[in-house]
Amino acid sequence: MSAQPGDIELQVDGRTVRVTSGATLLDACRAAAIDTPTFCWAENLTPVNVCRICVVELAGARTLVPACSRKAEAGMQVLTDSARVRTSRKLVLELLGSSVDMSLASDFAPLCKRYGAQPERFGPRDTPSDHRDASHAGHHELGNADKAASMAQSVKIDNDLFVRDYSRCMLCYKCVEACGSDAQHTFAIGVAGRGFDARISTELDTPLSDSACVFCGNCVGACPTGALMFKSEHDLRAAGEWDESKQSVTDTICPYCGVGCTLTLRVQANRIVRVTSPSDNSVTAGHLCVKGRFGTAFVADRAPDSGTGQPPT
Amino acid sequence: MLWGSNARETHPIFFHHVLKAVKRGAKLYVVDPRRTTTADWATGWLPVEVGADISLSNGIARCILEEGLEHKAFIARATTGFEAYRASLERYDLARVCRETCVDESLIRRLAREYARAPRAMICWTLGITEHHNAVDNVLSLINLGLLTGHVGRYGSGLNPLRGQNNVQGGGDSGALPHKLPGFQDVENDALRANFERVWKCKIPPRKGWHLTEMFEAMGRKELTALYVVGENPAQSEADATHALERLAGLECLIVQDIVLTKTAAMADVVFPASASFCEAEGTVTNSERRVQRVRKALQPPGQARDDIQILCDLSLRLGFDLRLPSAKAAWDEMRSLSPMHRGMSYERLDKKGLQWPCPDEQHPGTQFLHARLWADPIEGPTAPFHAVEHSPPVDLVDREFPLRLTTGRRLDSFNTGVQSSAFASPMRRGETIDLCPHDAHSLGVMEGEPVRVISRRGRVVAPVRLDPGLKPGLVFMTFHFPDEVDVNLLTIDATDPRSGTAEFKAAAVRVEKL
Amino acid sequence: MDLRPIPVDPSDEERRAVDSVLGAPPADRAQPAPETARVLRTQLLPTLLALQNRVGWVSPGGLGYACSRLGLPPAEGYAVASFYALISLGERERSFAHVCDDIACQVAGAPALCAQLERELGPAFQPSHRAEPGQARPPSKAHWGHSPCLGLCEQAPAALVTSARTDGPRAQAFGSASCASIWRALAGDEIQPRPVHLDSSGPRRLLARAGRIDPTSIDAYLAQGGFAALRRAFEIGAEGVQREITASKLVGRGGAAFPTGRKWEAVARAAAEPHFVVCNADESEPGTFKDRVLLEADPFAVLEAMVVAGFATKAGRGYLYLRGEYPRAAAHLELALVKARERGYLGRNILDRGFDFDIELRRGAGAYICGEETALFASIEGYRGEPRTKPPFPVESGLFGKPTAVNNVETLVAALDIVRDGAAAYAAVGTAGSPGTKLFCVSGNIARPGVYEVPFGTKLRALLGLAGGIPGGRKLQAILLGGAAGSFVGANQLDLELSFEGARQASATLGSGVVFVLDDSVELAPLLQRIAAFFRDESCGQCVPCRVGTVRQEELLGRLTRGISLGSFEQEGNLFAELSQAMRDASICGLGQTASSAIESALKLFQPFSRKTP
Repeated sequence: MSAQPGDIELQVDGRTVRVTSGATLLDACRAAAIDTPTFCWAENLTPVNVCRICVVELAGARTLVPACSRKAEAGMQVLTDSARVRTSRKLVLELLGSSVDMSLASDFAPLCKRYGAQPERFGPRDTPSDHRDASHAGHHELGNADKAASMAQSVKIDNDLFVRDYSRCMLCYKCVEACGSDAQHTFAIGVAGRGFDARISTELDTPLSDSACVFCGNCVGACPTGALMFKSEHDLRAAGEWDESKQSVTDTICPYCGVGCTLTLRVQANRIVRVTSPSDNSVTAGHLCVKGRFGTAFVADRAPDSGTGQPPT
Repeated sequence: MLWGSNARETHPIFFHHVLKAVKRGAKLYVVDPRRTTTADWATGWLPVEVGADISLSNGIARCILEEGLEHKAFIARATTGFEAYRASLERYDLARVCRETCVDESLIRRLAREYARAPRAMICWTLGITEHHNAVDNVLSLINLGLLTGHVGRYGSGLNPLRGQNNVQGGGDSGALPHKLPGFQDVENDALRANFERVWKCKIPPRKGWHLTEMFEAMGRKELTALYVVGENPAQSEADATHALERLAGLECLIVQDIVLTKTAAMADVVFPASASFCEAEGTVTNSERRVQRVRKALQPPGQARDDIQILCDLSLRLGFDLRLPSAKAAWDEMRSLSPMHRGMSYERLDKKGLQWPCPDEQHPGTQFLHARLWADPIEGPTAPFHAVEHSPPVDLVDREFPLRLTTGRRLDSFNTGVQSSAFASPMRRGETIDLCPHDAHSLGVMEGEPVRVISRRGRVVAPVRLDPGLKPGLVFMTFHFPDEVDVNLLTIDATDPRSGTAEFKAAAVRVEKL
Repeated sequence: MDLRPIPVDPSDEERRAVDSVLGAPPADRAQPAPETARVLRTQLLPTLLALQNRVGWVSPGGLGYACSRLGLPPAEGYAVASFYALISLGERERSFAHVCDDIACQVAGAPALCAQLERELGPAFQPSHRAEPGQARPPSKAHWGHSPCLGLCEQAPAALVTSARTDGPRAQAFGSASCASIWRALAGDEIQPRPVHLDSSGPRRLLARAGRIDPTSIDAYLAQGGFAALRRAFEIGAEGVQREITASKLVGRGGAAFPTGRKWEAVARAAAEPHFVVCNADESEPGTFKDRVLLEADPFAVLEAMVVAGFATKAGRGYLYLRGEYPRAAAHLELALVKARERGYLGRNILDRGFDFDIELRRGAGAYICGEETALFASIEGYRGEPRTKPPFPVESGLFGKPTAVNNVETLVAALDIVRDGAAAYAAVGTAGSPGTKLFCVSGNIARPGVYEVPFGTKLRALLGLAGGIPGGRKLQAILLGGAAGSFVGANQLDLELSFEGARQASATLGSGVVFVLDDSVELAPLLQRIAAFFRDESCGQCVPCRVGTVRQEELLGRLTRGISLGSFEQEGNLFAELSQAMRDASICGLGQTASSAIESALKLFQPFSRKTP
């Protein structure tokens, strides 16, 4: 929801902000042009407020509150850059950075700089382990305390359309929401396990192709850290050929059924390497089906030499 | 109400909107012979017998009238032909309807009540309604329901065909119909035609042409000897494929313009390799909600492939007329100048979200729903007519020799003849199958995955069995996504609705033989 | 909805287990409609527990059948099943001992017991390091495993032995556990429970009946004034009950100390329908066992109090969420529910006053977090026990999104006295800020561990005296007040007044009433490590500060213990300070917010770690 001048007046960092009823503190911050970081929030998904990077200080509240889901109320006094806020945001960044490969989350490095976060303060990230899928709630081993336990694990490649690199998973729940009741209603994945062993999983960690997954890729579209990635992108990255400076991005309409979904085509070397949809689109709300998401391969297949290699002008 | 539509698989993103509504408490009724994944989400599933849609809709109408739930004021002010319609329903007592449709009376009554009483109710349909020999009557019977209850012309109500292709609507909008010029202007109307002739600087034949089925019939009569096919694969998409292939083969000249070498293109005398319109060219498409949206060039077309406009212009030049290669935008602007309903839709305005026609001027916001005029006081324009329509069972009758009813449709990850969709490696794809209910499979002594022969009065194919408990005994299902491996259209019948030209793909009679 | 079932058939035993909760399957075996599935979801945890308790584990076939019957996507069923410690997704021995090694048991010799079990029963349960995608976990041959606090701290070390049986499960929890008693319990012998030590200074209100009457007899309860409070409630009306509770200044005894009267008034006033009453009997705070005592020894009082709460809040239905590790309390409550219904104290038209109210007993499955009220709701609803953000508060949007009065067991029992005798009589003891009495769970190095009812305002020193002081001529080292989420106080703080204001003054908390006493022989470092491990195990995993913070806290203590710190001792100290501040400030719920409080207080008061630097 975009914040508009309205009926609720509150103070954000000493400035008076007016927002409409139902607006969140995040809306209020944005209305006041205060840059507020988010990871697990998305405009086309229900806020789960789990990443806690957006916490702000609310006068009278015992703890900090998540801006993304806390509704604005008249007379609230909000601080977005107090020492407490800065400490919590710094620690959230450090806790994420020390446990998750955040290198493909575009905001992460600048935010670490902004908040002085040094994830390595908690020790080097532990080496990959594939025990997570076998974990049992309430049991863990304290490994080498000199290494920071991490999500590092092997990439799951069980189909030709997209890969799951859960070393990059920060458990923002976006994929689960997109697969579930916020869009697709397929419920092929959930958050399984508990605590630090929590993980995104199909039932019994069954391969996607044996699960309820319908390969709409709405999870991929929602993933903020590159944990879920087009196989084409994964392969290009693995080959060292992914180059965003040589990519173009074009909006068009899906070539399949008559719903008219907007496809955002990312093209490198005259090949479509990623397909998304704008989350503010009235037709798609950012979501696609398997054909729109992955079904554009036929254009490339006509040209084994993949054309001229020049992005269109 | 989704009628003859498996939107969960065939219009997945439209179905997201349905699911949103269901989550908020909307009631979803699904009318489909198969218990599809769409039906799995329904408050009520009406397992209608294939081809008994008119009987069912007439039965629903009769329940509505019996219980006095019709919208009397709307009927009086905005419709004609109600008394004749009411009289026609006399023949549809519920006993008959239940017998013909195989749907429980209680379910029919429940749907009738909920549909009539709902503050807003919508009927959407797909090919389950239109791929029948009486397609137009099927549609009219649904329109009757909308008129009877006043569920037309208002936000959240209405009658909506869900378009099967990304620009089937736009093709019609821009005059790719045998009897219409762009903007649905009648080609036989001299004044309208004159507008086009003035701008196009040529004479337009003053009579309507043939639709697809009529063309094939004309080919049979050798009245049509040259065919120029643009972006269509009739060699595999026409019902009764044997028949269709014979006719294509008998042409004196076949030109195919397509993005890949389809089976039709392989038969052609000349092939024009084209660019993929959605990503290698500029232009517009129109979706099911009449929203005109921009497609844009993101890729260079491969090899010698050319933009459709360029191909047409080049051809025209060889034929002696210089179209001067307009840009997509210039061609669009010309259409805007000739088609009042498109007039307000400049490329600039279409940029992000598109616009829904009619959009008569550049200040007009577009039209979210049609027929609001029926609620204007006084009513604007002509009244809406009821049409008394009669049940007419499928042409291809089930009998002892062909005891199973074959119906065809799409699956989520494939599309039509597979020209586009076969190129991506869908983990869900299992190739063509003949779907049987476990009971029929048991009686035939066949198992999941076992190849069987499927025989109709027109042809035979071999396909493996897939068990689907969502089918009722006697009903079998196939797609037409894998014609190179299993040409299901060898089985289908080309019995066609004379008005729409659509064949009865949804109802063939077959038998299944163990190999 | 369109489901893709798990392609494994259930065994007959699994089918029967699921059907024991959900009834026989419909004749057409049709999947429930989406609307029905939404309602059925609340039966998910009972169904999973039926599989666990009757079959010994939740197999792919069992999970698949449960999901099909419930109309639930298998991934969601798996997400929930894998959340709970008492549910095993790998095949396990049908008889299994959960051996507590939490703080009270650690001090009482659990490490030695576990070492002996390793020798005699074989290695403890360890999750496998290998799971094949789409397959069941590899079977485990272990007969026993480590467990967090079992709420038997007064007779530590404790064990819970569960035996899965087709004809109905068996479970027994017992204290003074030894290798021999665990072995006997695994073999099917019944271990006689030791009575809990109960005592009081001043009036015995909460413990008026506990230990004095037969808890399975409704007549015994009636003879001791049972259901008098309910009759009085009917006399003074719902508003009258709210008035008395508000006037009594009763606050929640679960740890958060929220005014009960305000809660009940808000629910009664709420426009949305229906209203619910929830009794939070998921007592899991390490060192806490007072609610267990009330539930086992005075179950009718808990039920009566829920009816009174229901009447006062205009609710028609109550849920009693009992932690899975309390089999005796469950048995007594089940019996009490039957008898209360028989006598018309539950059900339709209670006591002919036109008030309908019934109670459903729900069992937890091994998750401390489900004691957090919103996590508890999620657990009842059939979701993972993940807390949700507040506001909205439960009085507005609680169980099933409806107005809900959720109260701790002790709070409810206290409310009975208030309703029966009036707020003024209740305040005859206690302090001005904290009227009435409070139960304390005294354990650790103390002569007579047990549950003590003392008036608010009693000095900590007096409570320790009542419990017989520290045995063996040892000196007091520290007291953990309020449980693992509480804080340590030192031997110099014995004049601390046990009241909410007194605790606040001493920067401590009464929490759930834990008074865990440590003499000078106890090494603090391993105790703190256990606390850190506890929070890591019990974090739901939802929010970053808690999910990762509890891990980093445990690692940090591990480094300090092993002298392998990443920087100087001071650097580690600063790191801990920032970490604990962020967890306190930015976690979603009380678990993360308090996960470092006990450790932080210990670091402040004592020097549990030597100042080694690498």
